[in-house]
Amino acid sequence: MATRERTRKARSREQRHDYLLSEAQLEEMYYYMLLARRLSERMLILNRQGRAPFVIAGAGQEAAQVGAAMALERGTDYLAPYYRDLAMNLVFGMTAREAMLNVLGKRDDPNSYGRQMPAHWSSPARRIVTQSSVVATQLVHAVGIALGARLRGEQLVVMACCGEGATSRGDFHEALNFAAIHRLPVIFFVENNGYAISERTEKEMPVPHVADRARAYDMHAAIVDGMDCVAVYQTVKPAVDQARRGGGPWLIEAKCYRLWAHSSEDDDTRYRPRKELEEWAKKDPITVFRERVLADGIFPREDLEEIEAHVEEEVRDAVEWALAQPDPAPEDALTHVYKEY
Amino acid sequence: MAVLRMRDALREALREEMRRNPKIFLMGEDIGKYGGSYAVTAGLLEEFGEERVRDTPIAESVIVGAGIGAAMAGYHPMVELMTINFSFLALDQIVNNAAKLLYMSNGQINVPLVIRMASGGGSQLGATHSHSLEGLYAHFPGLKVVCPAFPADAKGLLKRAFRDQNTVIFIEHTANYGLRGEVPDDPDFLIEFGQANIVREGRDVTIVGYSGSVHQALRAAEILAEQEEVEAEVIDLRTLRPLDIATVVESVKKTNRCVVVEDDWKFGGFAGEIAALVMEHAFDWLDAPVARVCSKDVPMPYNRTLEYAALPSEEDVVDAVLAMF
Ligand SMILES: Cc1ncc(C[n+]2csc(CCOP(=O)(O)OP(=O)(O)O)c2C)c(N)n1
Ligand SMILES: [Mg+2]
Repeated sequence: MATRERTRKARSREQRHDYLLSEAQLEEMYYYMLLARRLSERMLILNRQGRAPFVIAGAGQEAAQVGAAMALERGTDYLAPYYRDLAMNLVFGMTAREAMLNVLGKRDDPNSYGRQMPAHWSSPARRIVTQSSVVATQLVHAVGIALGARLRGEQLVVMACCGEGATSRGDFHEALNFAAIHRLPVIFFVENNGYAISERTEKEMPVPHVADRARAYDMHAAIVDGMDCVAVYQTVKPAVDQARRGGGPWLIEAKCYRLWAHSSEDDDTRYRPRKELEEWAKKDPITVFRERVLADGIFPREDLEEIEAHVEEEVRDAVEWALAQPDPAPEDALTHVYKEY
Repeated sequence: MAVLRMRDALREALREEMRRNPKIFLMGEDIGKYGGSYAVTAGLLEEFGEERVRDTPIAESVIVGAGIGAAMAGYHPMVELMTINFSFLALDQIVNNAAKLLYMSNGQINVPLVIRMASGGGSQLGATHSHSLEGLYAHFPGLKVVCPAFPADAKGLLKRAFRDQNTVIFIEHTANYGLRGEVPDDPDFLIEFGQANIVREGRDVTIVGYSGSVHQALRAAEILAEQEEVEAEVIDLRTLRPLDIATVVESVKKTNRCVVVEDDWKFGGFAGEIAALVMEHAFDWLDAPVARVCSKDVPMPYNRTLEYAALPSEEDVVDAVLAMF
């Protein structure tokens, strides 16, 4: 993105002020949300073509993911994402090509070299830590990463993400409790998309909001409209800043919606009313963002179209390139059970 | 008799037992409207209602633990865990509680509970969804471990699990759910625990397996018969605990050779237990050491090529057999 050169028209100062974000940041938001969505769409097509055995995506959660990840300091802060967080990883520097290698389980997939199911994101150089398929386990790791940073005297923040369903697990509660006792710089970022596979939130918890659970651990909490990227950024950024200064952990709940089925294996017509889906589709975070910045005169249409064309090309290139990359060889299965030294 | 897939046979068992015994109820993630990850409980919510088919939060420890509690309170619950790997989140409840409460209470508290879970590789589900750890559960005294390979056995054994007064770990191979076979519709059709089944007769070698590996053993036996003129006898253990070693020993006394096949890791695994028992009971009849064909010592990888490399193959079984002649 940074390499793209464009001329821009002068824009209304007050409106930009309202967003508390620079034009470049707003462009970045749109770009990452759109890139994640278009990549996911192509992944699903590859699945239907029999080329990608499994796809799990974050459609509907891009605003929450991009807004939150942009509030972090890339290169310094850690990200312990969950499987839907493709957009977060893109913000943290993962490329479209790498994401495609991942979904295809290719030899050079930097996330796991074809070993993990797709969407188990990892990139140690970018401070993205890998996760198990077992939900909420990354939250307890995040606590330990924050503890390690404190012991080293490094001022960094760890963002650990999960869905609302995962907050029923003991690991979630144990992580919050531990982080709160030691006032560790962890942002627990919960993407509440209304469903845990087929189960609606009423079956997952008795409280209306995941954030209500913070009170039991005497920690800071916030609820934000997860369909609004700007609002998410504006909520998460001060929390990150405060945590960095030693203010203790936060539980932030982004209310969003899973626009697609749980995964490529799922048929959501079995349990989800079409009417509900249609209502939420109107709040698609990418469309809403686009309409808002246009209406507010932040960008002229051509600027957005330029980003859109750029994304299309990037995705096309990623697919074509990744498909041509080598698969692992059978003997690759046998390495790295123990660290050699 | 009707031809059913494994998942349908399991569902028939649940339905018949729930109709027979009002103390049975089901709990698990997505088992209601969704019908379970592998569609085993599809339609049961509609017939039995939410009190008896209960969707739970994602919280494996309380799913199993509440099952134990309800069993203590006079019920006979079945809890479903999506995969054997997730059962580790409830390992304390299973191992330190369900398996021990009877003993620790000096016989006062038993736990009639059925814990169903999927296991097995070959479906590209990666390292935290696809291990075969039947042998691990068989290690714990106090648990019964059932692992059917065929639809009829699945039904007869699951029905039998609800007639037990102990905790039964009921493990289903993910690759078998769609497998078809004849299944009796007699509501009193039960298969006793601790009865291995000779699924193919032969005189030259005994191949022992359970769950998914029975099918691998059968395919290897076909190759051996067609290409090598070796007639393998294939034994499906059906339950690991109690274990019917007598059927295996009797077969080995006839064939003088024994190969154990399993998807689990070899080191410290159940195949080693079978090998030891065969040695104890049929040492003088063996023409060769008992061979074990198991997974490579690695977590299960996702990519198909890698996964195949990690899992035992029919060719591995054939090679192990031929090495004995
Ligand atoms: C401990 C555990 N139990 C069950 C599963 C199977 N599973 C995978 S995703 C999922 C739903 C998770 O829901 P939520 O946390 O709300 O995240 P979402 O998928 O909605 O983004 C379940 C039950 C799992 N991965 N881990
Ligand atoms: Mg959810």
